[in-house]
Amino acid sequence: MHDRLTLAGEFRRMLPEECVIYREEELIPYECDGLSAYRKVPLIVLLPYTAEQVEEILRFCQQRQIPVVPRGSGTGLSGGALPHEQGVLLSLARLNQILEIDSENMQARVQPGVRNLAVSEAAKPHGLYYAPDPSSQIACSIGGNVAENAGGVHCLKYGLTLHNVLQLTLITIDGERLTLGSGSLDAPGLDLLTLITGSEGMLGIVVEVLVKLLPIPQRQQVVLAAFDDIESAGNAVAEIIAKGILPAGLEMMDNLSIRASEDFVHAGYPTEAAAILLCEVDGVDEEVSEEISRVREILQQSGATEVRAARDEQERARFWAGRKNAFPAVGRISPDYYCMDGTIPRHQLGRVLKMIGEMSKRYGLRCANVFHAGDGNLHPLILYDANNPGELEQAEAFGGEILELCVAVGGTITGEHGVGMEKINQMCAQFRDEELETFHGVKRVFDPLTLLNPGKAIPTLNRCAEFGAMHVHAGKLRFPELERF
Amino acid sequence: MAGDRDCSESLRTAVLDAAGESRPLQLLGHGSKAFYGRESVGDPLSLAEHSGIISYEPTELVITARGGTPLKEIEDALREKGQMLPFEPPQFDGKGTIGGAIASGLSGPRRPWGGAPRDLLLGMKLLDGRGQILRFGGQVMKNVAGYDLSRLMAGAMGTLGVLLEVSIKVLPKPPQEHTLMLSAGDCSVTWPLLHKMLIEGIPVTASYSQGEQHKLRVACSPQRVKQIVQRYAVEAVDDQDAFWRALRDQQLDYFKQKDPLWRLSIPPAANIDDEEQMLCEWSGGLRWLFSQRPGSEIRTLVEKVGGHAILFRNGDRSGEIFHPLHPRLADLQIGLKQVFDPEGIFNPGRHYPDY
Ligand SMILES: Cc1cc2nc3c(=O)[nH]c(=O)nc-3n(C[C@H](O)[C@H](O)[C@H](O)COP(=O)(O)OP(=O)(O)OC[C@H]3O[C@@H](n4cnc5c(N)ncnc54)[C@H](O)[C@@H]3O)c2cc1C
Repeated sequence: MHDRLTLAGEFRRMLPEECVIYREEELIPYECDGLSAYRKVPLIVLLPYTAEQVEEILRFCQQRQIPVVPRGSGTGLSGGALPHEQGVLLSLARLNQILEIDSENMQARVQPGVRNLAVSEAAKPHGLYYAPDPSSQIACSIGGNVAENAGGVHCLKYGLTLHNVLQLTLITIDGERLTLGSGSLDAPGLDLLTLITGSEGMLGIVVEVLVKLLPIPQRQQVVLAAFDDIESAGNAVAEIIAKGILPAGLEMMDNLSIRASEDFVHAGYPTEAAAILLCEVDGVDEEVSEEISRVREILQQSGATEVRAARDEQERARFWAGRKNAFPAVGRISPDYYCMDGTIPRHQLGRVLKMIGEMSKRYGLRCANVFHAGDGNLHPLILYDANNPGELEQAEAFGGEILELCVAVGGTITGEHGVGMEKINQMCAQFRDEELETFHGVKRVFDPLTLLNPGKAIPTLNRCAEFGAMHVHAGKLRFPELERF
Repeated sequence: MAGDRDCSESLRTAVLDAAGESRPLQLLGHGSKAFYGRESVGDPLSLAEHSGIISYEPTELVITARGGTPLKEIEDALREKGQMLPFEPPQFDGKGTIGGAIASGLSGPRRPWGGAPRDLLLGMKLLDGRGQILRFGGQVMKNVAGYDLSRLMAGAMGTLGVLLEVSIKVLPKPPQEHTLMLSAGDCSVTWPLLHKMLIEGIPVTASYSQGEQHKLRVACSPQRVKQIVQRYAVEAVDDQDAFWRALRDQQLDYFKQKDPLWRLSIPPAANIDDEEQMLCEWSGGLRWLFSQRPGSEIRTLVEKVGGHAILFRNGDRSGEIFHPLHPRLADLQIGLKQVFDPEGIFNPGRHYPDY
């Protein structure tokens, strides 16, 4: 047990006064990330200004064996930045400088606390932008994006964070600073850059990121298509791809999320539709026109009841605003919602949505579906009311069942939000003991005392044994009717 | 199909036997990249028989194949559906397996626009040094459950395990690609033009410069090519597929020299010495240099601009081939090796001398 006041005193000798937060009432804002159902008050919050201070903090914590939980903007949806009661919450929010925009090499060097959207804003005068655009981009940090390998509505064509990061500066728990990747297209040795990307703050603290910038497309055009059943919308997605078109974005929403979004941002969505697709094409003028007409044709042939291209930039922005605000919009129609993040092979969409619909009835909880259709990443939003006793637990059980369904159809429990604290049990459904042991082995190479974000992302084998015992009722697996992958 | 055989069990037995005796193994696909990397020791373990496409769903943009599957077989299957491996893997001597392509991490001319093996690898089944068959990643585009250990295998030169199965993202093949010739001048003259074209969104898919010759491959319609030709004062040339293939597979005359061949990976806009003798790809990010100069000199040259150098062909294969690592990175690498291959049986020394 570490004593809060003593420790605060020690950190205040190391850091400027305003960097050490230890009064109970000031700690409260840090008790959760975007997954507010999970809360813990940290022992202390530290807000360093520099990478050198981060080094010093980590060295000290390693020496004293104090757990360290990194935090960016706290928009994460899996409890990855959930504090440790006996640990330091290390916020990178003050490392927030854009260090360089190199338009020649089309790169930007930024600190981890820089907001995602701020990079594109800074690159704009050079005719460039940073492609990954999570819906939380006005708030989330680049460091958090790297830690989660964040995606966005344009990652079908432009890739995930992983594909847009060239180099990272990482500080390991012993306070050593490492450079991974390079300013060129590859780097010597094992590709540790890919290992760190998406590692949820378990292996080191990211203190600098070199990202790739892309030329702003000459023209972007989005088409909205309405369908009166979800299955046809799913088939239309497959059809577009089969025809050799790689849209910049390809998103789907179901009726409940369409209505919620329409009420919230008045995007102009058809509220009667069972599903809508948003398909964006970008490039040079004539080619965009040509591709849009092909997309229109495919959508119509796939049974769309309405196909509408945004007439101007404002309408395009409105179409996307509806999609990007889908989570908060759903937040307005329910006291609480719980966002899931499974990925499935796209051809399983119809079946998975049908089964989610059945679960929804069984649990008595509504569920809205938002879908990065191009890459099979499904976000079911389970609506519940935490003030009704037992409802949160029901929502969690419902969510757990969805994730296990995703694994059973050949997908994964998380496409972009990470495992964090939230999906730690479902990891046992996706990986076997040998695989989990390998993950723990990798963790020990970087952090032998397991001080960084302890207890998250990778479950212990004991935990899985317990979870399995409570889970396999009377020897029966869930979804026995599905072929196992 | 050429060969469709699952040899996982016999490979597993071979690995278990070798691990039991701490006996090193040299993993071997078609041997098309045997020249690459450091000299290794150990009994050859042939992986080519473990071959065959397991699943291919064009609309899911994913192909899954056994490690020994010939690249050619994969390319043929993809071509039939109008798709391609976006990293355009080299097929030296016209050969190569998908496992070898991933393990070596090498990509062809399309790399800066299509991605590298690590970018396109979605998941794999790995046979580790304990004889365990492990699955990481999957067949879906987005997957952040657990550490991304499958991508770590790309470029690891087979030192961490046998790639039994790999799932790779594929993309639609551009319906048409054309080649443009840029006016004479060395790289420093053509770079500003190329950069301008890139910024202006010209869909470049490959670049080549050697001496005074500069070519670009672009994916667009013939009408668009006409506009590009006018706007940038370049010239369109026909029938260049064979040229780009020869570049990819190092069959051009340039590659027939006998001196040590260096592969320099640097930020595309960087200026370095000896430019006139180099062959440049990747809009300047990849440069080839035949040179007798001591390795240390060449490495210093690229380090100054933030790049790294590999002694790609010829020269002393028992010396330093890949760029030396920061000691702390080297330690992490050895630590990871021990996680996957505690007995050190896979391709010892092939990547770095000490692991
Ligand atoms: C409304 C809404 C919409 C969203 N939409 C998307 C979306 O479209 N796509 C998507 O991918 N995500 C989305 N998210 C999830 C979230 O925004 C992303 O996961 C984001 O990358 C988190 O960034 P952050 O800065 O808030 O990180 P935090 O939540 O603070 O932390 C996330 C994880 O990263 C670790 N971490 C943070 N900074 C560092 C660092 N510098 N070094 C090491 N580890 C670090 C933390 O320990 C934690 O494990 C959404 C969230 C919300 C609330």
